[in-house]
Amino acid sequence: MKNKRMMKKIFWFFILGFLGFIFAFPFFWMTSTSLKTYDEIFMFPPPMLPEQPQWSNYADLMTELPFLQYTLNTVFVTGFTLLGFLISSPIIAFGFSYFKFPGKKWLFRLLLVTMMLPPQVTMIPQFVLFNKLGWVGSFKPLIIPTFFGGSYVIFLLKQFFDTVPREFSDAAKIDGASSWNIFSKIYLPLSKPAIATSALFVFMWTWTDFLNPLIYLTDDRMYTLSIGLQQLSTSRSTAWPQLMAGSVLMTLPIIILFFVAQNKFVKGINIGGVKA
Amino acid sequence: MKRKLSSKRKEALTGLLFISPWLIGISIFTAYPIVASMIFSFSSYNGISSPVWIGLQNFRDLFNDEIFLKSIYNTLFLAIIGIPITQFLSIITAVLLNMEIKGQSIFRTLFFLPSIVPAVASALLWKWILNPEFGPVNLLLENLGIRGPGWLTDPLWSKPSLIILSCWGIGGAMIIYLAGLQNIPKNLYEAAEIDGASKIKSFFKITLPMLKPVIIFNLVMGIISSFQVFTNVFIMTNGGPETSTEVYALQIYKNAFQYYKMGYASAMSWILLLITAFSVFLVFKFFKNWGFYGGDL
Repeated sequence: MKNKRMMKKIFWFFILGFLGFIFAFPFFWMTSTSLKTYDEIFMFPPPMLPEQPQWSNYADLMTELPFLQYTLNTVFVTGFTLLGFLISSPIIAFGFSYFKFPGKKWLFRLLLVTMMLPPQVTMIPQFVLFNKLGWVGSFKPLIIPTFFGGSYVIFLLKQFFDTVPREFSDAAKIDGASSWNIFSKIYLPLSKPAIATSALFVFMWTWTDFLNPLIYLTDDRMYTLSIGLQQLSTSRSTAWPQLMAGSVLMTLPIIILFFVAQNKFVKGINIGGVKA
Repeated sequence: MKRKLSSKRKEALTGLLFISPWLIGISIFTAYPIVASMIFSFSSYNGISSPVWIGLQNFRDLFNDEIFLKSIYNTLFLAIIGIPITQFLSIITAVLLNMEIKGQSIFRTLFFLPSIVPAVASALLWKWILNPEFGPVNLLLENLGIRGPGWLTDPLWSKPSLIILSCWGIGGAMIIYLAGLQNIPKNLYEAAEIDGASKIKSFFKITLPMLKPVIIFNLVMGIISSFQVFTNVFIMTNGGPETSTEVYALQIYKNAFQYYKMGYASAMSWILLLITAFSVFLVFKFFKNWGFYGGDL
Protein backbone atom coordinates (compact mmCIF):
# COMPACT_ATOMS: atom_id res chain seq x y z
CA MET A 1 0.00 0.00 0.00
CA LYS A 2 2.67 2.42 1.09
CA ASN A 3 4.89 1.33 -1.75
CA LYS A 4 2.14 1.91 -4.27
CA ARG A 5 1.64 5.40 -2.95
CA MET A 6 5.34 6.08 -3.23
CA MET A 7 5.37 4.85 -6.83
CA LYS A 8 2.47 7.12 -7.68
CA LYS A 9 4.25 10.10 -6.21
CA ILE A 10 7.36 9.38 -8.19
CA PHE A 11 5.25 9.01 -11.33
CA TRP A 12 3.61 12.43 -10.83
CA PHE A 13 6.96 13.95 -9.94
CA PHE A 14 8.32 12.91 -13.32
CA ILE A 15 5.25 14.17 -15.16
CA LEU A 16 5.66 17.53 -13.43
CA GLY A 17 9.37 17.49 -14.08
CA PHE A 18 8.79 16.93 -17.79
CA LEU A 19 6.18 19.71 -17.99
CA GLY A 20 8.43 21.94 -15.92
CA PHE A 21 11.26 21.40 -18.37
CA ILE A 22 9.02 22.46 -21.27
CA PHE A 23 7.91 25.56 -19.36
CA ALA A 24 11.45 26.49 -18.38
CA PHE A 25 13.08 25.91 -21.77
CA PRO A 26 11.95 29.21 -23.39
CA PHE A 27 13.59 31.13 -20.54
CA PHE A 28 16.78 29.21 -21.09
CA TRP A 29 16.64 29.82 -24.84
CA MET A 30 16.00 33.54 -24.38
CA THR A 31 19.02 33.91 -22.11
CA SER A 32 21.25 31.68 -24.17
CA THR A 33 20.39 33.46 -27.43
CA SER A 34 21.01 36.82 -25.82
CA LEU A 35 24.63 35.81 -25.26
CA LYS A 36 25.36 34.29 -28.67
CA THR A 37 27.14 35.70 -31.68
CA TYR A 38 25.36 36.12 -35.03
CA ASP A 39 27.24 33.14 -36.39
CA GLU A 40 26.09 30.99 -33.52
CA ILE A 41 22.40 31.80 -33.90
CA PHE A 42 22.43 30.98 -37.61
CA MET A 43 24.59 27.90 -37.19
CA PHE A 44 23.15 24.50 -37.90
CA PRO A 45 22.48 22.80 -35.57
CA PRO A 46 22.38 25.75 -33.17
CA PRO A 47 24.52 25.24 -30.06
CA MET A 48 22.66 25.10 -26.75
CA LEU A 49 25.10 27.51 -25.13
CA PRO A 50 27.31 30.21 -26.61
CA GLU A 51 30.98 29.32 -26.83
CA GLN A 52 31.87 32.65 -25.29
CA PRO A 53 29.11 34.70 -23.62
CA GLN A 54 28.71 37.88 -25.68
CA TRP A 55 27.98 40.49 -23.04
CA SER A 56 28.50 43.06 -25.76
CA ASN A 57 24.96 42.25 -26.99
CA TYR A 58 23.70 43.95 -23.85
CA ALA A 59 26.07 46.85 -24.32
CA ASP A 60 24.85 47.22 -27.93
CA LEU A 61 21.36 47.89 -26.62
CA MET A 62 22.64 50.90 -24.75
CA THR A 63 24.66 52.28 -27.64
CA GLU A 64 22.45 51.47 -30.63
CA LEU A 65 19.14 52.08 -28.91
CA PRO A 66 18.26 54.64 -26.29
CA PHE A 67 17.52 51.63 -24.12
CA LEU A 68 18.33 53.50 -20.95
CA GLN A 69 15.94 56.27 -21.97
CA TYR A 70 13.20 53.67 -22.65
CA THR A 71 13.81 52.18 -19.23
CA LEU A 72 13.56 55.57 -17.55
CA ASN A 73 10.35 56.33 -19.48
CA THR A 74 8.86 53.02 -18.40
CA VAL A 75 9.87 53.64 -14.80
CA PHE A 76 8.30 57.10 -14.97
CA VAL A 77 4.98 55.88 -16.38
CA THR A 78 4.86 52.88 -14.05
CA GLY A 79 5.69 55.01 -11.02
CA PHE A 80 2.97 57.54 -11.65
CA THR A 81 0.44 54.87 -12.55
CA LEU A 82 1.15 53.16 -9.26
CA LEU A 83 0.80 56.45 -7.44
CA GLY A 84 -2.50 57.17 -9.18
CA PHE A 85 -4.02 53.80 -8.46
CA LEU A 86 -2.78 53.65 -4.89
CA ILE A 87 -4.12 57.07 -3.99
CA SER A 88 -7.54 56.63 -5.52
CA SER A 89 -8.46 52.95 -5.41
CA PRO A 90 -8.36 52.26 -1.65
CA ILE A 91 -10.58 55.29 -0.99
CA ILE A 92 -13.10 54.17 -3.60
CA ALA A 93 -12.98 50.56 -2.43
CA PHE A 94 -13.61 51.70 1.15
CA GLY A 95 -16.59 53.71 -0.07
CA PHE A 96 -18.03 50.57 -1.64
CA SER A 97 -17.26 48.31 1.28
CA TYR A 98 -18.07 50.39 4.34
CA PHE A 99 -21.03 52.64 3.59
CA LYS A 100 -24.64 52.02 2.71
CA PHE A 101 -26.05 54.29 0.07
CA PRO A 102 -28.87 54.10 -2.45
CA GLY A 103 -27.84 52.57 -5.75
CA LYS A 104 -24.73 50.96 -4.28
CA LYS A 105 -25.59 47.50 -5.50
CA TRP A 106 -26.22 48.87 -8.96
CA LEU A 107 -23.00 50.88 -9.02
CA PHE A 108 -20.96 47.90 -7.84
CA ARG A 109 -22.43 45.81 -10.63
CA LEU A 110 -21.43 48.57 -13.02
CA LEU A 111 -17.90 48.30 -11.66
CA LEU A 112 -17.89 44.55 -12.33
CA VAL A 113 -19.17 45.13 -15.85
CA THR A 114 -16.45 47.67 -16.59
CA MET A 115 -13.90 44.99 -15.64
CA MET A 116 -15.19 42.93 -18.54
CA LEU A 117 -15.58 45.80 -20.97
CA PRO A 118 -13.26 45.37 -23.96
CA PRO A 119 -10.85 48.34 -23.98
CA GLN A 120 -11.36 48.54 -27.76
CA VAL A 121 -14.83 49.97 -27.19
CA THR A 122 -13.64 53.03 -25.28
CA MET A 123 -10.26 53.29 -26.99
CA ILE A 124 -11.26 55.36 -30.03
CA PRO A 125 -13.34 58.10 -28.32
CA GLN A 126 -10.71 58.28 -25.56
CA PHE A 127 -8.09 58.90 -28.21
CA VAL A 128 -10.25 61.61 -29.79
CA LEU A 129 -10.78 63.19 -26.38
CA PHE A 130 -7.09 63.16 -25.46
CA ASN A 131 -6.25 64.43 -28.92
CA LYS A 132 -8.57 67.40 -28.43
CA LEU A 133 -6.92 68.09 -25.10
CA GLY A 134 -3.54 68.02 -26.85
CA TRP A 135 -2.36 65.13 -24.71
CA VAL A 136 -1.48 62.70 -27.50
CA GLY A 137 2.28 62.36 -27.68
CA SER A 138 2.68 62.89 -23.95
CA PHE A 139 2.53 60.58 -20.93
CA LYS A 140 -0.69 62.21 -19.72
CA PRO A 141 -3.18 59.81 -21.35
CA LEU A 142 -1.31 56.90 -19.73
CA ILE A 143 -1.14 58.43 -16.27
CA ILE A 144 -4.00 60.80 -15.53
CA PRO A 145 -6.90 58.31 -15.86
CA THR A 146 -5.30 56.13 -13.19
CA PHE A 147 -5.96 58.80 -10.58
CA PHE A 148 -9.67 57.96 -10.90
CA GLY A 149 -9.19 54.36 -9.87
CA GLY A 150 -9.11 51.11 -11.79
CA SER A 151 -12.02 48.72 -11.54
CA TYR A 152 -9.94 45.59 -11.00
CA VAL A 153 -7.92 47.16 -8.20
CA ILE A 154 -11.05 48.60 -6.57
CA PHE A 155 -12.68 45.20 -6.79
CA LEU A 156 -9.71 43.38 -5.21
CA LEU A 157 -9.48 45.88 -2.36
CA LYS A 158 -13.23 45.96 -1.76
CA GLN A 159 -13.26 42.17 -1.43
CA PHE A 160 -10.52 42.48 1.15
CA PHE A 161 -12.13 45.34 3.06
CA ASP A 162 -15.29 43.24 3.34
CA THR A 163 -13.38 40.76 5.49
CA VAL A 164 -12.36 43.37 8.09
CA PRO A 165 -14.52 42.73 11.19
CA ARG A 166 -17.08 45.45 11.81
CA GLU A 167 -16.34 45.39 15.55
CA PHE A 168 -13.13 47.34 14.97
CA SER A 169 -14.79 50.25 13.25
CA ASP A 170 -17.86 50.19 15.50
CA ALA A 171 -15.64 50.60 18.54
CA ALA A 172 -13.78 53.46 16.91
CA LYS A 173 -17.05 55.08 15.91
CA ILE A 174 -18.26 55.07 19.51
CA ASP A 175 -15.01 56.80 20.42
CA GLY A 176 -15.95 59.49 17.91
CA ALA A 177 -13.66 58.56 15.02
CA SER A 178 -14.56 60.07 11.66
CA SER A 179 -15.09 57.97 8.55
CA TRP A 180 -11.74 59.15 7.23
CA ASN A 181 -10.01 58.08 10.43
CA ILE A 182 -11.67 54.69 10.33
CA PHE A 183 -10.37 54.33 6.78
CA SER A 184 -6.85 55.57 7.37
CA LYS A 185 -6.24 54.26 10.89
CA ILE A 186 -8.03 50.90 10.75
CA TYR A 187 -8.71 49.72 7.21
CA LEU A 188 -5.53 50.88 5.50
CA PRO A 189 -3.08 49.37 8.00
CA LEU A 190 -5.01 46.09 8.05
CA SER A 191 -5.05 45.90 4.27
CA LYS A 192 -1.34 46.13 3.61
CA PRO A 193 -1.20 42.66 2.01
CA ALA A 194 -4.10 43.43 -0.33
CA ILE A 195 -2.67 46.80 -1.25
CA ALA A 196 0.72 45.24 -1.91
CA THR A 197 -0.92 42.66 -4.13
CA SER A 198 -2.78 45.30 -6.12
CA ALA A 199 0.39 47.32 -6.44
CA LEU A 200 2.10 44.24 -7.81
CA PHE A 201 -0.60 43.71 -10.44
CA VAL A 202 -0.61 47.38 -11.42
CA PHE A 203 3.15 47.33 -11.76
CA MET A 204 3.02 44.31 -14.04
CA TRP A 205 0.26 45.66 -16.26
CA THR A 206 1.93 49.01 -16.69
CA TRP A 207 5.44 47.69 -17.12
CA THR A 208 4.29 45.33 -19.85
CA ASP A 209 1.51 47.43 -21.40
CA PHE A 210 1.79 47.66 -25.15
CA LEU A 211 -1.45 48.96 -26.64
CA ASN A 212 -1.70 52.27 -24.76
CA PRO A 213 1.90 53.37 -25.32
CA LEU A 214 1.53 52.29 -28.95
CA ILE A 215 -1.46 54.58 -29.42
CA TYR A 216 -0.34 57.56 -27.39
CA LEU A 217 3.44 57.80 -27.59
CA THR A 218 4.41 59.33 -30.91
CA ASP A 219 7.89 60.64 -30.13
CA ASP A 220 10.55 57.91 -30.09
CA ARG A 221 12.37 59.60 -27.22
CA MET A 222 9.31 58.90 -25.08
CA TYR A 223 8.90 55.23 -25.96
CA THR A 224 8.51 52.70 -23.19
CA LEU A 225 10.41 49.41 -23.23
CA SER A 226 7.57 47.54 -24.97
CA ILE A 227 7.41 49.96 -27.86
CA GLY A 228 11.18 50.39 -28.04
CA LEU A 229 11.73 46.66 -28.26
CA GLN A 230 9.01 46.27 -30.86
CA GLN A 231 10.62 49.03 -32.91
CA LEU A 232 13.95 47.25 -32.77
CA SER A 233 12.28 44.05 -33.95
CA THR A 234 10.82 45.74 -37.02
CA SER A 235 13.87 47.80 -37.90
CA ARG A 236 16.42 45.03 -37.46
CA SER A 237 14.50 41.83 -37.82
CA THR A 238 17.50 39.54 -37.58
CA ALA A 239 19.13 41.13 -34.55
CA TRP A 240 18.02 38.18 -32.45
CA PRO A 241 20.80 38.34 -29.84
CA GLN A 242 20.00 41.99 -29.11
CA LEU A 243 16.25 41.37 -29.21
CA MET A 244 16.62 38.57 -26.70
CA ALA A 245 18.95 40.68 -24.56
CA GLY A 246 16.30 43.40 -24.49
CA SER A 247 13.64 40.84 -23.63
CA VAL A 248 15.77 39.53 -20.78
CA LEU A 249 16.28 43.04 -19.42
CA MET A 250 12.58 43.84 -19.67
CA THR A 251 11.54 40.58 -18.00
CA LEU A 252 14.12 40.62 -15.24
CA PRO A 253 12.54 43.24 -12.93
CA ILE A 254 9.24 41.37 -13.03
CA ILE A 255 10.86 38.07 -12.16
CA ILE A 256 12.84 39.64 -9.33
CA LEU A 257 9.68 41.27 -8.02
CA PHE A 258 7.91 37.94 -8.21
CA PHE A 259 10.53 36.27 -6.03
CA VAL A 260 10.46 39.13 -3.53
CA ALA A 261 6.69 39.09 -3.20
CA GLN A 262 5.91 35.50 -4.08
CA ASN A 263 3.30 34.73 -1.46
CA LYS A 264 1.46 37.99 -2.03
CA PHE A 265 0.51 36.86 -5.51
CA VAL A 266 -1.81 34.25 -4.08
CA LYS A 267 -2.73 35.75 -0.73
CA GLY A 268 -4.47 38.85 -2.00
CA ILE A 269 -6.69 36.96 -4.40
CA ASN A 270 -10.13 36.49 -2.98
CA ILE A 271 -12.45 36.03 -5.88
CA GLY A 272 -14.65 33.56 -3.98
CA GLY A 273 -18.00 34.93 -2.88
CA VAL A 274 -18.60 38.10 -4.83
CA LYS A 275 -21.17 40.18 -3.06
CA ALA A 276 -22.37 43.71 -3.44
CA MET B 1 -36.54 58.77 14.27
CA LYS B 2 -35.60 61.95 12.50
CA ARG B 3 -32.06 61.75 13.84
CA LYS B 4 -31.70 58.22 12.52
CA LEU B 5 -32.84 59.28 9.08
CA SER B 6 -30.40 62.12 8.92
CA SER B 7 -27.51 59.90 10.02
CA LYS B 8 -28.47 57.49 7.25
CA ARG B 9 -28.41 60.37 4.83
CA LYS B 10 -25.06 61.47 6.12
CA GLU B 11 -23.69 57.95 5.66
CA ALA B 12 -24.98 57.84 2.09
CA LEU B 13 -23.40 61.17 1.28
CA THR B 14 -20.07 60.16 2.83
CA GLY B 15 -20.13 56.91 0.86
CA LEU B 16 -20.80 58.74 -2.37
CA LEU B 17 -18.04 61.19 -1.54
CA PHE B 18 -15.58 58.30 -1.11
CA ILE B 19 -16.48 56.77 -4.45
CA SER B 20 -16.73 60.14 -6.23
CA PRO B 21 -13.31 59.86 -7.96
CA TRP B 22 -14.54 56.67 -9.56
CA LEU B 23 -17.87 58.25 -10.51
CA ILE B 24 -16.05 61.09 -12.24
CA GLY B 25 -13.56 58.75 -13.88
CA ILE B 26 -16.16 56.34 -15.17
CA SER B 27 -18.20 59.20 -16.63
CA ILE B 28 -15.27 60.68 -18.52
CA PHE B 29 -13.26 57.61 -19.45
CA THR B 30 -15.97 54.99 -19.84
CA ALA B 31 -19.54 56.27 -20.11
CA TYR B 32 -18.85 59.16 -22.45
CA PRO B 33 -16.59 57.06 -24.73
CA ILE B 34 -19.22 54.33 -24.97
CA VAL B 35 -21.88 56.79 -26.07
CA ALA B 36 -19.46 58.57 -28.40
CA SER B 37 -18.33 55.27 -29.86
CA MET B 38 -21.94 54.42 -30.63
CA ILE B 39 -22.42 57.72 -32.45
CA PHE B 40 -19.13 57.25 -34.33
CA SER B 41 -20.25 53.80 -35.39
CA PHE B 42 -23.05 55.39 -37.39
CA SER B 43 -20.72 57.99 -38.85
CA SER B 44 -17.96 58.47 -41.31
CA TYR B 45 -15.18 59.85 -39.17
CA ASN B 46 -11.46 60.28 -39.62
CA GLY B 47 -10.76 61.54 -36.10
CA ILE B 48 -10.11 65.14 -37.17
CA SER B 49 -13.02 66.65 -39.14
CA SER B 50 -16.47 66.29 -37.60
CA PRO B 51 -18.22 62.94 -37.89
CA VAL B 52 -20.78 62.69 -40.70
CA TRP B 53 -23.89 60.61 -39.99
CA ILE B 54 -24.19 57.76 -42.48
CA GLY B 55 -26.68 55.52 -40.69
CA LEU B 56 -26.03 51.82 -40.99
CA GLN B 57 -23.51 52.12 -43.81
CA ASN B 58 -20.52 51.06 -41.65
CA PHE B 59 -22.32 47.92 -40.57
CA ARG B 60 -23.36 47.11 -44.13
CA ASP B 61 -19.76 47.58 -45.27
CA LEU B 62 -18.47 45.40 -42.46
CA PHE B 63 -20.45 42.41 -43.58
CA ASN B 64 -19.01 42.76 -47.05
CA ASP B 65 -15.48 43.26 -45.75
CA GLU B 66 -13.67 40.00 -46.37
CA ILE B 67 -10.78 40.74 -44.04
CA PHE B 68 -13.21 41.62 -41.27
CA LEU B 69 -15.13 38.38 -41.74
CA LYS B 70 -11.83 36.48 -41.79
CA SER B 71 -10.85 38.19 -38.53
CA ILE B 72 -14.06 36.96 -36.90
CA TYR B 73 -13.30 33.44 -38.09
CA ASN B 74 -9.71 33.64 -36.84
CA THR B 75 -10.71 35.04 -33.47
CA LEU B 76 -13.40 32.40 -32.97
CA PHE B 77 -10.93 29.71 -34.02
CA LEU B 78 -8.47 30.86 -31.37
CA ALA B 79 -11.23 31.03 -28.75
CA ILE B 80 -13.05 27.79 -29.51
CA ILE B 81 -9.94 25.65 -29.92
CA GLY B 82 -7.66 27.56 -27.56
CA ILE B 83 -9.83 28.10 -24.47
CA PRO B 84 -10.76 24.44 -23.83
CA ILE B 85 -7.10 23.45 -24.22
CA THR B 86 -5.72 26.15 -21.92
CA GLN B 87 -8.46 25.72 -19.30
CA PHE B 88 -8.01 21.95 -19.27
CA LEU B 89 -4.24 22.34 -18.92
CA SER B 90 -4.52 24.89 -16.15
CA ILE B 91 -6.94 22.78 -14.10
CA ILE B 92 -4.75 19.69 -14.51
CA THR B 93 -1.54 21.49 -13.54
CA ALA B 94 -3.31 23.15 -10.59
CA VAL B 95 -4.47 19.73 -9.36
CA LEU B 96 -0.96 18.30 -9.79
CA LEU B 97 0.56 21.24 -7.97
CA ASN B 98 -1.94 20.86 -5.15
CA MET B 99 -0.59 17.40 -4.37
CA GLU B 100 2.13 17.02 -1.80
CA ILE B 101 5.11 16.44 -4.02
CA LYS B 102 8.79 17.16 -3.69
CA GLY B 103 9.77 20.52 -5.09
CA GLN B 104 6.16 21.72 -5.06
CA SER B 105 6.98 25.39 -4.66
CA ILE B 106 9.64 25.29 -7.37
CA PHE B 107 7.15 23.77 -9.79
CA ARG B 108 4.51 26.33 -8.86
CA THR B 109 6.94 29.13 -9.60
CA LEU B 110 8.03 27.52 -12.84
CA PHE B 111 4.51 27.19 -14.21
CA PHE B 112 3.49 30.64 -13.09
CA LEU B 113 6.47 32.64 -14.33
CA PRO B 114 5.72 32.55 -18.09
CA SER B 115 2.39 34.26 -17.48
CA ILE B 116 4.10 37.39 -16.15
CA VAL B 117 6.65 37.71 -18.94
CA PRO B 118 5.93 40.97 -20.82
CA ALA B 119 3.86 40.26 -23.93
CA VAL B 120 6.41 41.93 -26.18
CA ALA B 121 9.22 39.78 -24.79
CA SER B 122 7.27 36.53 -25.02
CA ALA B 123 6.08 37.35 -28.54
CA LEU B 124 9.64 37.96 -29.72
CA LEU B 125 10.91 34.91 -27.87
CA TRP B 126 8.34 32.56 -29.39
CA LYS B 127 8.84 34.00 -32.82
CA TRP B 128 12.45 32.95 -32.41
CA ILE B 129 11.67 29.56 -30.85
CA LEU B 130 9.25 28.74 -33.67
CA ASN B 131 11.63 30.00 -36.35
CA PRO B 132 11.29 27.35 -39.07
CA GLU B 133 14.98 27.20 -39.90
CA PHE B 134 16.91 28.13 -36.77
CA GLY B 135 14.41 27.50 -33.99
CA PRO B 136 14.92 24.75 -31.40
CA VAL B 137 11.43 23.27 -31.95
CA ASN B 138 12.02 22.35 -35.54
CA LEU B 139 15.54 21.25 -34.69
CA LEU B 140 14.13 18.79 -32.17
CA LEU B 141 11.55 17.57 -34.68
CA GLU B 142 14.26 17.09 -37.25
CA ASN B 143 16.23 14.98 -34.82
CA LEU B 144 13.11 12.85 -34.38
CA GLY B 145 12.92 12.49 -38.14
CA ILE B 146 9.95 14.85 -38.56
CA ARG B 147 10.02 17.79 -40.95
CA GLY B 148 8.69 20.66 -38.86
CA PRO B 149 6.09 23.03 -40.28
CA GLY B 150 6.70 26.73 -40.96
CA TRP B 151 4.76 27.60 -37.78
CA LEU B 152 4.08 31.35 -37.83
CA THR B 153 5.04 31.61 -41.48
CA ASP B 154 2.58 28.94 -42.62
CA PRO B 155 -1.11 29.99 -42.89
CA LEU B 156 -2.14 26.53 -41.77
CA TRP B 157 0.04 26.51 -38.65
CA SER B 158 -0.01 30.16 -37.60
CA LYS B 159 -3.14 29.88 -35.45
CA PRO B 160 -2.02 26.67 -33.72
CA SER B 161 1.28 28.44 -33.03
CA LEU B 162 -0.60 31.20 -31.21
CA ILE B 163 -2.44 28.58 -29.17
CA ILE B 164 0.86 26.94 -28.23
CA LEU B 165 2.07 30.32 -27.01
CA SER B 166 -1.06 30.76 -24.90
CA CYS B 167 -0.48 27.32 -23.35
CA TRP B 168 2.86 28.58 -22.11
CA GLY B 169 1.04 31.42 -20.37
CA ILE B 170 -1.56 29.42 -18.43
CA GLY B 171 0.05 30.40 -15.12
CA GLY B 172 -2.45 33.13 -14.27
CA ALA B 173 -5.50 30.89 -14.64
CA MET B 174 -3.62 28.05 -12.94
CA ILE B 175 -2.84 30.08 -9.83
CA ILE B 176 -6.50 31.05 -9.50
CA TYR B 177 -7.52 27.40 -9.81
CA LEU B 178 -4.90 26.54 -7.21
CA ALA B 179 -6.34 29.11 -4.80
CA GLY B 180 -9.78 27.64 -5.50
CA LEU B 181 -8.55 24.11 -4.79
CA GLN B 182 -7.08 25.19 -1.48
CA ASN B 183 -10.43 26.59 -0.42
CA ILE B 184 -12.13 23.19 -0.74
CA PRO B 185 -12.58 21.74 2.76
CA LYS B 186 -10.35 18.68 3.23
CA ASN B 187 -13.03 16.81 5.18
CA LEU B 188 -15.12 16.45 2.02
CA TYR B 189 -12.38 14.27 0.55
CA GLU B 190 -11.96 12.37 3.79
CA ALA B 191 -15.67 11.65 3.90
CA ALA B 192 -15.62 10.52 0.28
CA GLU B 193 -12.66 8.24 0.96
CA ILE B 194 -14.46 6.65 3.90
CA ASP B 195 -17.42 6.05 1.63
CA GLY B 196 -15.04 4.26 -0.72
CA ALA B 197 -15.04 6.80 -3.54
CA SER B 198 -12.09 6.62 -5.91
CA LYS B 199 -9.76 9.56 -6.53
CA ILE B 200 -11.25 10.06 -9.99
CA LYS B 201 -14.77 9.99 -8.60
CA SER B 202 -13.91 12.57 -5.94
CA PHE B 203 -12.43 14.76 -8.65
CA PHE B 204 -15.67 14.79 -10.61
CA LYS B 205 -18.05 14.81 -7.63
CA ILE B 206 -16.20 17.14 -5.26
CA THR B 207 -13.38 19.06 -6.94
CA LEU B 208 -15.10 20.18 -10.13
CA PRO B 209 -18.41 21.22 -8.51
CA MET B 210 -16.60 23.10 -5.74
CA LEU B 211 -14.47 24.86 -8.33
CA LYS B 212 -17.54 26.05 -10.20
CA PRO B 213 -17.24 29.76 -9.33
CA VAL B 214 -13.55 29.72 -10.16
CA ILE B 215 -14.17 27.90 -13.44
CA ILE B 216 -16.79 30.47 -14.41
CA PHE B 217 -14.40 33.29 -13.51
CA ASN B 218 -11.53 31.84 -15.53
CA LEU B 219 -13.74 30.96 -18.49
CA VAL B 220 -15.20 34.46 -18.65
CA MET B 221 -11.74 36.02 -18.37
CA GLY B 222 -10.40 33.56 -20.95
CA ILE B 223 -13.15 34.38 -23.43
CA ILE B 224 -12.80 38.11 -22.94
CA SER B 225 -9.05 38.07 -23.36
CA SER B 226 -9.13 35.76 -26.37
CA PHE B 227 -11.43 38.23 -28.15
CA GLN B 228 -8.86 40.92 -27.44
CA VAL B 229 -5.69 39.14 -28.53
CA PHE B 230 -3.53 41.88 -29.95
CA THR B 231 0.07 42.30 -28.82
CA ASN B 232 1.29 38.82 -29.73
CA VAL B 233 -0.23 38.96 -33.17
CA PHE B 234 0.82 42.54 -33.83
CA ILE B 235 4.44 41.69 -33.06
CA MET B 236 4.74 38.17 -34.43
CA THR B 237 2.74 38.23 -37.65
CA ASN B 238 0.85 41.53 -37.99
CA GLY B 239 -2.05 39.48 -39.34
CA GLY B 240 -0.14 37.37 -41.82
CA PRO B 241 0.61 35.09 -43.50
CA GLU B 242 -2.31 35.54 -45.91
CA THR B 243 -4.59 37.11 -43.25
CA SER B 244 -4.45 33.82 -41.32
CA THR B 245 -3.85 35.65 -38.02
CA GLU B 246 -5.78 38.80 -38.82
CA VAL B 247 -7.67 38.95 -35.51
CA TYR B 248 -10.50 41.18 -34.36
CA ALA B 249 -8.58 43.59 -32.12
CA LEU B 250 -5.87 43.97 -34.75
CA GLN B 251 -8.50 44.93 -37.32
CA ILE B 252 -9.91 47.56 -34.96
CA TYR B 253 -6.43 48.96 -34.38
CA LYS B 254 -5.52 49.03 -38.06
CA ASN B 255 -8.76 50.68 -39.13
CA ALA B 256 -8.70 53.26 -36.37
CA PHE B 257 -5.04 54.19 -36.13
CA GLN B 258 -3.50 53.21 -39.45
CA TYR B 259 -6.33 53.90 -41.93
CA TYR B 260 -8.01 56.56 -39.73
CA LYS B 261 -11.42 54.99 -40.34
CA MET B 262 -12.54 55.72 -36.82
CA GLY B 263 -16.27 55.41 -37.50
CA TYR B 264 -15.76 52.06 -39.16
CA ALA B 265 -13.52 50.86 -36.31
CA SER B 266 -16.09 52.06 -33.76
CA ALA B 267 -18.72 49.95 -35.47
CA MET B 268 -16.37 46.98 -35.15
CA SER B 269 -15.78 47.71 -31.48
CA TRP B 270 -19.53 47.82 -30.83
CA ILE B 271 -19.97 44.44 -32.47
CA LEU B 272 -17.11 43.19 -30.28
CA LEU B 273 -18.93 44.48 -27.22
CA LEU B 274 -22.10 42.66 -28.23
CA ILE B 275 -20.24 39.42 -29.00
CA THR B 276 -18.43 39.61 -25.64
CA ALA B 277 -21.63 40.31 -23.70
CA PHE B 278 -23.44 37.49 -25.49
CA SER B 279 -20.63 34.98 -24.79
CA VAL B 280 -20.45 35.92 -21.12
CA PHE B 281 -24.23 35.57 -20.94
CA LEU B 282 -23.98 32.10 -22.51
CA VAL B 283 -21.37 31.00 -19.97
CA PHE B 284 -23.54 32.07 -17.06
CA LYS B 285 -26.63 30.50 -18.63
CA PHE B 286 -24.83 27.24 -19.26
CA PHE B 287 -23.35 27.02 -15.79
CA LYS B 288 -26.58 27.89 -14.05
CA ASN B 289 -27.88 24.53 -15.18
CA TRP B 290 -24.67 22.81 -14.15
CA GLY B 291 -25.64 23.40 -10.56
CA PHE B 292 -25.05 21.35 -7.47
CA TYR B 293 -23.87 22.33 -4.05
CA GLY B 294 -20.98 24.49 -5.27
CA GLY B 295 -20.52 28.09 -4.21
CA ASP B 296 -22.69 30.71 -5.84
CA LEU B 297 -21.33 33.55 -7.84
